[in-house]
Order: sequence, then structure tokens, then C-alpha cells
Amino acid sequence: MSKSILRTLASTTGAVILLATTAGAAVAQDLTGAGATFPYPMYSKWFNDYAIRTNVKINYQSIGSGGGVRQISEQTVDFGATDGPMSDEELGKAKGGKILHIPTVMGADVVVYNLPETKETLKLDGALIADIFLGKVTKWNDPRIVAENKGVALPATDIVVVHRSDGSGTTFIWTDYLTSVSKDWAAGPGKGKDVKWPVGIGGKGNEGVAGQVKQIPGSIGYVELVYARQNKLAYAHIKNSHGSYVDATIESVTAAAAEIAKGLPRDSDYRISIVNAPGKDAYPISSLTWLLVYENQTNGDKGKKLVDFLKWMLADGQKSASSLDYAPLPGAIVKQLQDRIKQIKVS
Amino acid sequence: MTEPAIAPAESTSGRGPGGAGPASTSLGGSSTADRIYNGVITLFALCVPLLLLGLFFEVGAAGWPALKKFGVGFLFSSNWDPVREQFGVAPAIVGTLATSIVALIIATPLALGVAIYIAEFAPTWLRTPIAFLVDLLAAIPSVVYGLWGIFVLVPIMRSTVMPFLRDTLHLGATPFFAGPAYGPSVLTAGVILAIMALPYISSVSREVLLAVPRTQREAALALGATRWEAIQGAVLPYARTGIIGGIILGLGRALGETMAVTMVIGNRHDLSASLFAPGYSIASLIANEFTEASGDLHLSALMAAGFVLFVITLIVNAIARWLVWQMAGGQRSVA
Repeated sequence: MSKSILRTLASTTGAVILLATTAGAAVAQDLTGAGATFPYPMYSKWFNDYAIRTNVKINYQSIGSGGGVRQISEQTVDFGATDGPMSDEELGKAKGGKILHIPTVMGADVVVYNLPETKETLKLDGALIADIFLGKVTKWNDPRIVAENKGVALPATDIVVVHRSDGSGTTFIWTDYLTSVSKDWAAGPGKGKDVKWPVGIGGKGNEGVAGQVKQIPGSIGYVELVYARQNKLAYAHIKNSHGSYVDATIESVTAAAAEIAKGLPRDSDYRISIVNAPGKDAYPISSLTWLLVYENQTNGDKGKKLVDFLKWMLADGQKSASSLDYAPLPGAIVKQLQDRIKQIKVS
Repeated sequence: MTEPAIAPAESTSGRGPGGAGPASTSLGGSSTADRIYNGVITLFALCVPLLLLGLFFEVGAAGWPALKKFGVGFLFSSNWDPVREQFGVAPAIVGTLATSIVALIIATPLALGVAIYIAEFAPTWLRTPIAFLVDLLAAIPSVVYGLWGIFVLVPIMRSTVMPFLRDTLHLGATPFFAGPAYGPSVLTAGVILAIMALPYISSVSREVLLAVPRTQREAALALGATRWEAIQGAVLPYARTGIIGGIILGLGRALGETMAVTMVIGNRHDLSASLFAPGYSIASLIANEFTEASGDLHLSALMAAGFVLFVITLIVNAIARWLVWQMAGGQRSVA
């Protein structure tokens, strides 16, 4: 009896596996990619526009940067995408050889707050923001906040910190910035897509953080610029390394990258941070987001399609960035990248 | 009046495993068709436990590196630091249990009230619409509960419920209701879970109550009991095991709920006695961090957290089963 059960089990399992594999191979895409969620609206517009123009279909799954890095390393996708550059250790583990980081667009984090009584836009500097997020500055009328906002009426209430609870590129940019402006932050929580927060409440996603900040009077949090603009949230002007208070705009983000690009060597791997960039107009909490591609493309057909797309993205693609509130790459970086793409070997 | 005079003669739960039917006639051996049928059915029956075992080992194996590295400290530490790769899930374990307990404390009386009203008091024309609407609660996607939680429940909790509990009822003197009321908290998560678990408990309880034989009520009423006494003394004890089954189902819902909890619990790796403090739950921890976890140990720690949740669920279910057996007394199984 048990033998016959086993036999039935074996044959049925076989049939199920066969069914599953054939179903998986059904839909053919020219290229597949996976990764970062932050640039997803931009990428989906690009892939859609590109498919209309060239009939090359690109399927992109916005599963998160961590997933994008894992999948490109395992070669289960043709390209990956990430909001934080891969570490040397991660690059070493990639199965298909050398991975190139290709910057696509830029984003910024803004500091949103909920002070119903305060009508003026707040001004904050990096060290102060770090101390608020470290739990050292706990009242809105703290002398350090007052000193930067002369003449602004600030309440004597508690500051409620709201941060992201999910791992995210937004948090990477945020903690990268705080690490670069505060020694205490660097020695404490450090930088990463998810860190050990000294104080505060965690909200899931940009909408979670924005929702909590909207709901809790006296709260402060950080969200993507795109998100703050589309939802018309109030956000602070941030003091940059030049000493001026800068509003987050597409121009000020591009300015940050342009300053960094000036000092960029021609053989840069583009795993660069643009937080706290020099320059009078540079917004300090900005970052690139990257596509991850192998330098050696083993599948000739796919490799060629991928390179063609990258060329299009750097030329026509950049023009549509600002329509979705992403900052386009500065011209200098685009020029360098066009040379870099030529290094991709298609066999 | 503690024990009913008329002992339940058989399991009241109509949802019992297949053995509840008439004495099983042998299916095997008579013909090839029967044997094939028997094999296929057995296979289907085996699929689920096999799947469960597979999950158990797979999740356990994936979490093993973290469990090995941190040992029991993984269960008792509240240090969760992905940057330095230090992981401990004590706050998430406590949060998972605390939110579920709060949920059951709120949901059980409400759900029983609904079930008793529908089964015993409601006029027939009202029965179906109420039952339908309560059951509909179970069909709402959890992310909708979560967003509703952020924008509706959290402000109500912060401005009304929490100050009422803390200041008006003076519960702030106890550690459980002390501290500032931000809104997102273990208590808020418990309330959301209560709403989500309620339809499960009430719908199972309702069906069980409706399945109690009329003779049970008639006997009690004939002895001079009031309507309420009949329900309390004759109907509820008869339906007890089934109702507990419903509560277990609700508890399962509460333990594993992810999205709605994540939205309102505050997601904070801290142990606090106060239900007003933000906390964490295992399911929301995994949902929050899994997509972006790139470090091997980080991933493994999340898998290990999932394994812990798995074990907690098993233990809770085992305790619940044991309770049911205890209550059902001698006639524990029909099959």
C-alpha cells in the first residue's frame, strides 16, 4: 500500500514540477531587471517609452535594492538597480564577473515636520538634524534650533522623530548624510539601508513616514523629495557645506552632482556619494541611483539591447526625468558615462 | 449551574475532520479504481503536512547561521543593529504576543456578543444582514486596515482613547498605560488586530451556537430557566469547544498579521511595559526589512525571526488544543 502511495506521489510531483516550469517560461521579455523601488516610476516610464520607440520590451520588478543586488549577483536578471552602491564584498561575490554602476537619475531626501503654529519654513543644519535624530535635542524651542531660526515662534513641545521602519534607499541617503556631518552619528547608528535608531517611531514606506508626520504634532521625519512635492508637504531648508540654506529642488540636486562631477576622475566607478556636496547652490541630502550591469555581456543579443537602452537613457531618457520630479544627471557625468558604456563587452 | 445537567453527546463542531461521518467503510483493496482513488486522496491529505514540514526545515535552515551565532541571546536581546550585524528579537516576540493578547481581550467578548445576538436574539430578517456585514470585515485587505489605522484610528487613539485610559480612568498609575501618547503603539496595533480577528471568532461561534440542538434550550427553559439562563447554562457550555476553536482561529490571524500592524505599531526595537509605547512584531519586522536586507547575516536573522514566529504559533496552537481537550473532557474525539 505505502509503496503505491509513494509511486503516485512521485509521478504527481513530477507532473506539477513540469507544469510549473513550462508556465514560468511562457511570457518572453527582451530584457529583465529588478531592484530599487525609489526610481521605479522613472524606470517604468522609460521602459514604456522605449518599448513604443524600439519595440524592445524590458520587464522591471521593483523588489528593492537588496533584491536587485542579489539577483544581478546570481545572474537571474539582465540588470539590477540599487539606491546604495554595492560594497566591495558584494561585488566580489557577483557570479558574472565585474559589475558596472551606471547612474541614472538623482533624488533627494527632505526634512518634513509638523508644527501647526509655525508658518515660516524652518532652517536646519546637518549637525543639528543629527542631534535631533540621536535624541540629544528633544524640544522644539531648543536654543540651537532657535539660533538658526531667529524670529520664528517655536513651541516648547517634545520633538517626535519619525524614521523609516523598512530598509530603503531613502534611509541610505539619509544616514549617509548624517554620517558625513556628525561624528556622533558615524560612531553611533552609522549608515545603511536600515540602522539602529536611537529614538523615534518607525513608519513603513514614504507614505508611512509622511502619514505619521501629518498625524503627530511636533514630529519630524524624512521622505523622498518626489514624495514631498507630490503630496505638498512642508520641508525645511538645509544648510549646505558652503554655509547657505538651500531648498530642495531639481536644480539644487543637479547642482550637488555637478560639483562632485568636477573632481571626478575619468576612470571613476561611479560608486560616489554626493551628500554634503560643495557649492553654493548644492542641496546637501542628494544621491544618485544606479543600474547594475555586467561588463562582460555573455548573451550577445541581450547585451546589445542593454547597451542600446543605456545610450537612449543617457540621451533622450534624461529629458523626461524632471517631469516626474527626478533630477537629471549633470551634462559632465552624462558625457563620461557615454564613454564608459563603450567599455561594456558584448560577445 | 456550573456544569450542565445534559452533557453534550458529541462534538458540536461541524467542521471536524472527516472522521465525523458514519463509521468508515473500507475503501482500499476492492478494485484498481478504488486503489488509485485512495492513493490520490492520501496524497492530497499528505501534501499539507509535508508542505508544513518543508517550510519548517527550510526556514529553520535559512535562519540557522543567525541562531548559531547569537544563540539564546537572539531570543532575549533587544539589540537589532543591521549596520553592525547584531540581532536580537526580544521586543518583536513580546510585541507579537502583547498585540495578540490585547486583540483577543477586546475581540472575544465583542465577537461572542455578536454571535449570541445573531444565534439567539436577532429576528430572522436581521440575522443574515448582520452576519454578512460582520463577515465582510474579514474580506477587507489588511493594507486597507493599515491605512485606515494611520489616518483614522491613530488620531483617535492619541487624542481620545489614550488620554481617557491614562488620565480619566487613572490607569496611568500602572506601568501598562503610562508615558506619552504618540498614537502608534502596541495598544493601537492590538485594537486593529481585534477588529481583524473579530469576524473569525464571531462567525465560527455563530455557526457553533446555531448548531446546538433545540432540545438543549427547550430542556433548560422547561426547567424554568430564563432565556439568558438557558443560553448561559445550556447553550454556551455545549458550544464551548467550538467557540474556543473560533478564538484560536482569531489568535492565528492576530499572530501572523503583518501589514496593518506595521502601519500602526511604531516599529521600535524596545522593550517597554507600557502599551502606549511603540513596539514591534515579528511579522512586521520581516515585512519591513526583508526586501532590502543585503547582508547574509541580516537575511539569516530575519529567517530565524520567522522560525521563531513559526515555533510560537505551534506552541500557542498546542496550548489551545490542549485547552479544548481539557474542556471537552472524555469525549475528545469521535474519529
